[in-house]
Parts: sequence; structure tokens; C-alpha cells
Amino acid sequence: MAAKKALEVYLDMLSQPCRAVHIFLNHNKIPHTVKTVALRKGENRTAEFTKLNPMQKVPVMVDNGFVLTESDAILKYMATNYHVPEHWYPRQPERRAKVDEYTAWHHNYIRPHAAKVFIMEVLVPHMTRQPVEQPKLQRALEQLGDTLDKLEGMFLKRQPFLCGDDITLADLLAVCEIMQPLGGGRDILKGRPKLESWRSRVKSALRGSFDEAHQILYQLQDKSTSKL
Amino acid sequence: MPLEIYLDLISQPCRSVYIFAKKNNIPFEFKKILLFKGEQYSEEFGKVNYFRKVPAIKDGDFTLSESIAILTYLAEKYGTPDHWYPADLQTRARVHEYLSWQHSGMRGIAGKILWLKLMIPKAFEIDVPKERMDSLLVDLEGSLTAFEEKFLQDKPFIAGQKISLADLVAIVEIMQPLGAGVNVFEVRPKLSAWKDRVRAEIGPALFDEAHQMIFNAEEMSKTIDPSAKEIFKPKIKKMFL
Repeated sequence: MAAKKALEVYLDMLSQPCRAVHIFLNHNKIPHTVKTVALRKGENRTAEFTKLNPMQKVPVMVDNGFVLTESDAILKYMATNYHVPEHWYPRQPERRAKVDEYTAWHHNYIRPHAAKVFIMEVLVPHMTRQPVEQPKLQRALEQLGDTLDKLEGMFLKRQPFLCGDDITLADLLAVCEIMQPLGGGRDILKGRPKLESWRSRVKSALRGSFDEAHQILYQLQDKSTSKL
Repeated sequence: MPLEIYLDLISQPCRSVYIFAKKNNIPFEFKKILLFKGEQYSEEFGKVNYFRKVPAIKDGDFTLSESIAILTYLAEKYGTPDHWYPADLQTRARVHEYLSWQHSGMRGIAGKILWLKLMIPKAFEIDVPKERMDSLLVDLEGSLTAFEEKFLQDKPFIAGQKISLADLVAIVEIMQPLGAGVNVFEVRPKLSAWKDRVRAEIGPALFDEAHQMIFNAEEMSKTIDPSAKEIFKPKIKKMFL
């Protein structure tokens, strides 16, 4: 009998949460099928995709007919449903709570503030064919700076990973957001050695699946640095 | 040492934690943090929560912030009835899905209404541009529609037949605009029926007690320290305008 890949994920590799899902699946060798949804081509607005997810967003997971949106929910579901090492989403209440604390905080800080820089430096100029709005970008960079201070100060105080001694879903979600501005040639961790070390540790722990997921972003990075 | 829960009931996430703890008879010490008096900036509270926000808990040496994390932690630690945070993986995933979406999809929008319509102009005497308010009200309609069509659909509660943490986190945000006179339930019978069900499950007395604050928002705004006002003004401008 042919192996049925009952797990499907709808992804756009330019999307940070999509990369987190992709990396998790590949790193943990979970059998799955990737269905590409190119946001820049409006493939999230087709009647078919809208039927699947009326919010028209990615990632989406379909497990034998069970449709799930929101990367946090998807990652937590997969971490529990498949035999992955426990460190990803620990079972002990205090340790799990620390991961939940990060994934909640992430929504209001790392995700919007890092994404905003990429949107302003890459997406908006590309779509409008206008130059980057410098004052707005400066404010966004300041806000991101404050957020990175908080990330370091709270989550990396005396530990190698965001929630303790081992990599968790928190590090995976965070690192994908932090990589995004590279698409515009900007390394937001420049001059932040503690965070740079953390990023190296995360990349090492994820090995090949990290670079594989970031291919499209690296290509974008090459394009933008070659313009300088 | 008993569980300490740091709360200011004007805050929506504080209400969800308060309601959950009371409803489930979780013994705790209520540590009041009056945000408008700047009590979140005390040295003592800084040791409990680095981010200086409420709600926060201290359980022995263990400290935790973020209401979502606190709620799931309390559900697991105190073994509350399964329906709050179901063990069934797919039902739990539905709860997680709402808890994730709501940060920007609901709280980020409904949470601003009381501020922009009442607190900022009346208590802090800062002008809110009409276009800003109008645009926020349009966004609110979008959030409520998404809530009804995607998360509630034709079910009695978000996760299905029974109330869960998702409904609790949703209700406190959806109630908040009422403090500014924005009646979100007026033309939404489905939403209103859901609210009644949630209130009945929580218990009307506890529900009403927890929400008392928002109905006193205007009164409360008059009691804000003048010196506190000056400290808050630049922060508020940065956050909302």
C-alpha cells in the first residue's frame, strides 16, 4: 500500500510562520505534503483557498480532514500528535507555561515589529514603486530595538534558549521572524552579540532544515544586497 | 506559600484570569495593582513581572506573565474540569487557534475602543482624530464578524458544545467596548446569545462582579492622579496615536 501523506500544509516560504511549520515538519521527519500558496500572486484569494480558510491566510494544516490555522496552534498540535522529542513543547506545567508565555508575547512584539521593518523596506516599495518612507522606517526600527532589548532581557537572561536549556517552539517562531528583514539586506541582530549567539545555537540545532526553509529569503537577500 | 495573582480588573486579561480562578475555587491571594496609580512600576512588582504588566502570577518561586499562559497553567496545575482546556487534541487545537488569533484579531482592536473613545479624551485630555476612531469602529465590526463566522459559527461555544478558555478570553475583550457606550451586542443576536450562554456558565454574579469596573470607567477616569497623568501621556500617545 502506498504511503498516504494524510498531513497537508499550505505554505508560502516568504511567510515567517510558514517557515516555522516547514522546519518543524522536516526536522522531525514528519511525513507531509506541502501545497504552495504564493501570496504575491494572490493564490490565497482563490475561491478554493478561501473555502479552506476564509481568513485567506497561511499557514493552514489539514490532517485527514481536520483543518487548522494559526501557526502556534499548528505547532502545538503537531508537537503533541507526532512522536517528537519532548523539549519542543515540554509536558511539565511550569516548563510548558514558559513556552506559552513566549508564544503569547511574540504576537504583540517580535512578530509585528520585525515584520513591519521588512514590509516597509521591501514589500511596500516593491508594490508602490516608491522609495522607502524613512521617518516611518526609523520609528519602526526604534520600536524593534526596544523589543529586541526585551527579548534579550527577559528570555535570554541566564539561559541558552528562550525558554530554558533546550530549543522549543518559542525559538523556532522567534528565529523565523528575526530572519525576515534579511530579505531587505538588513541583519537586525547586528551589534547584539547575545542574540547573535542565540541565533547560531538555534541554527545549529535545526541543521539543514533551517537553510532549506530560508532559501527564498536568501535569494531575496542576494538580490537586495547586489543593488547596493 | 499561596498562589499570588496580580490584577487590575480594568484590564481584560486580568478579568479572564480572575473569573477562571474564582469559578474553579482556586485558592489565591489577590494582589491589587492599580495601573493608573503606576503601581506596576514598583520594585517589588518588577521582580514578579519583568514586563511590568498585569496579569502576572507568583506560585512559590515560579513567576509567569501573559494571561493565556496563566490560564492554561492554572487549568493543568489545578486539574480544572476538562471542558476548560480539553485533553482531546483536536478540541484543544481549536482553543489554541482562537487564543492565537485573538491577540491581533480581537484584543488588538476591541481593546482600543475604551481607550480611544473615553479614557484618552476624557481622562488624559488628548484629542483623538475622528478618522482614527471611525477606522477603529470599522475594524471592530470586522473582528466581530470574523468571530461569529469563523470561530463561533453555529456552535454554542467556540470549541463546541461546552465553554472553554477560548470563550472566557473572548468575552472579556468583547465586553470592554461597553464601558465606552459601544453596544457590540445591539445588532448581533448571535453574539448576544453567546454572551448570555457564557454569562450563565460562569455564573451571573461572578460575571457581573468582574465586569463592574468597565461600567465605572468614566468615574474612575476622574480619579487618576494628575502627576500620573503626565507620566502616562507620552506612553499613551506612543501606544495609541
